[in-house]
Amino acid sequence: MAIVFEKPKALTDAVLHYCPGCPHGIIHRLVAEAIDTLGIEGRAIGVAPVGCAVMAYDYFTCDMIEAAHGRAPATATGIKRCRPDNIVFTYQGDGDLASIGMAETVHAAARNENITVIFVNNAIYGMTGGQMAPTSLPGQVTQTSPYGRDVNHCGWPIRVCELLATLEGPEYVARVAVNNVKNVKSAGKAILKAFQNQVDKKGFSLIEVVSACPTNWGMTPQQALKWVESDMLPYYPLGVYKDRSAAKEAESK
Amino acid sequence: MAERILMKGNEAIAEAAIQAGCRHYFGYPITPQTEIAAYMAKKMPKIGGVFLQAESEIASINMVYGAAAAGMRVMTSSSSPGISLKGEGLSYIAGSDVPAFVVNVQRGGPGLGGIQPSQSDYFQSTKGGGHGDYRMIVLAPASVQEMASLTVKGFNLADKYSMLSMILADGTIGQMMEPISFEDVAVEHYPKPWALTGTEGKRKHNIVNSLYLNPEVLEQKNFERYEKYKAVEASEVLYETYMMDDAEIGVAAFGIAARVAKNAVAAARAEGIKAGLIRPITLWPFPKQVLKDAAEQVKAFVSVELNMGQMIEDIRLATECRRPVTLCNRAGGMIPSPEQVLQSIHAAVKGGN
Repeated sequence: MAIVFEKPKALTDAVLHYCPGCPHGIIHRLVAEAIDTLGIEGRAIGVAPVGCAVMAYDYFTCDMIEAAHGRAPATATGIKRCRPDNIVFTYQGDGDLASIGMAETVHAAARNENITVIFVNNAIYGMTGGQMAPTSLPGQVTQTSPYGRDVNHCGWPIRVCELLATLEGPEYVARVAVNNVKNVKSAGKAILKAFQNQVDKKGFSLIEVVSACPTNWGMTPQQALKWVESDMLPYYPLGVYKDRSAAKEAESK
Repeated sequence: MAERILMKGNEAIAEAAIQAGCRHYFGYPITPQTEIAAYMAKKMPKIGGVFLQAESEIASINMVYGAAAAGMRVMTSSSSPGISLKGEGLSYIAGSDVPAFVVNVQRGGPGLGGIQPSQSDYFQSTKGGGHGDYRMIVLAPASVQEMASLTVKGFNLADKYSMLSMILADGTIGQMMEPISFEDVAVEHYPKPWALTGTEGKRKHNIVNSLYLNPEVLEQKNFERYEKYKAVEASEVLYETYMMDDAEIGVAAFGIAARVAKNAVAAARAEGIKAGLIRPITLWPFPKQVLKDAAEQVKAFVSVELNMGQMIEDIRLATECRRPVTLCNRAGGMIPSPEQVLQSIHAAVKGGN
């Protein structure tokens, strides 16, 4: 019988610890497929965050390091500046990347650090049990916004792609989602491009993956995917926010 | 004899680091250590190295963490408030057992404090700073020459034990100029099979990590790390003694305070007082035995410090409080004069404060 689908080589055989219905498994697979496609497993170095993906170092077959909360882009910078021929990526959640690590994120982008950042936005702190994230939607009920996120009290959710696109620095900034098959396919292409950019020494690429957290949203996996479509995507529109090479090409035509 | 050149303390650290094979420096500006960053910014691009000014001290120490994990000789430097910010990264580096070299050119605190010399980060560097059980090798230079030679030593020790080493200097030694030479410490190399280099498909992946959710495993990691620290305590203690052979008053001081104290000891000797100096060069591991032995001989100790009395606690522990230990100190950026130290020696002779 022909094999039509199998686990990417860049993933280990470890059993994922994620909750049922969590899209982290899909996103891990997309990252691993990009690594396989480019044949870069042997020179890839991954940086795990603090958050639900903290144990990502057990899931990827490449060399891995576990960074401090929010500091993955800085740790990745240290590695990349030492080993410019290795392919260095971070895998971070919304609290890690857009709250405690915002400075590291913005400055790595501003430096056009030649790394690949996978940013999983599920609008909540998962590992600590469902607190309000910098990307929690207005009115969203979480453990620390039990009456719904009041923007007059704690401000507005941050659109990371739009924010980074204002910088001269980054090469490629795009937002994708994994709530249906079509979007998963587009997400895979964007992640592949983000790694290809690094191989081509083009610089900083960040892919924001709009994801879901059924457990902490208090929904079934199906309901959560619907909520991504109905509530998250209107606030976080999908698309490419910056593509310097494409823009240059368009200019030269 | 090696060529002698006139150099500032901070620059001596930077040049020695380069000579020790350090090609990666990550830092953030803060007084009074900026000459280190300036020197690196000028030199590194010309020798194929990396100087990167980070967005914060937090980012810089986490860049160091990444570079250290990648197997490189790497350093950062800062001053007291900046070292507080680096505490997080220091703890991760310690918890991941990777080697890195850190310089603290201390200024007065707490808070923003001031920019004048101080030794008030003794506790921070020798007792912790970051969270969790860990140690750093803490080297306290008392001259520009030692700024250079202890920097090479610091890189060697960090790699040898795969742990953090720190130069704990102060604004005075950082800023002052003295003639030095650069060939007195050999550069040592140690294998780093754990380094993140990319597997090249030839080995199982390396993981640099400080997370162990199983408490039994985490406990074991701590026990193993402390076995390593025991080995450091057993073989890496450094100190200098001056006129201690027949001393009845033991003055203890490190760094710039020891330079002042040495003058006071000489002045006391001129008056016929049998004073001597013990100068810890490694603050951790602390030279416990030499102090313990001295307690058999001296009548009293005087601890001279540029803080409110920090090393004095280790002296009391090392000597098991068998002799009185008095404090001769200034703080907040002030430096005691040799006369003040001499007065403390007089008081110790009389058995009072």
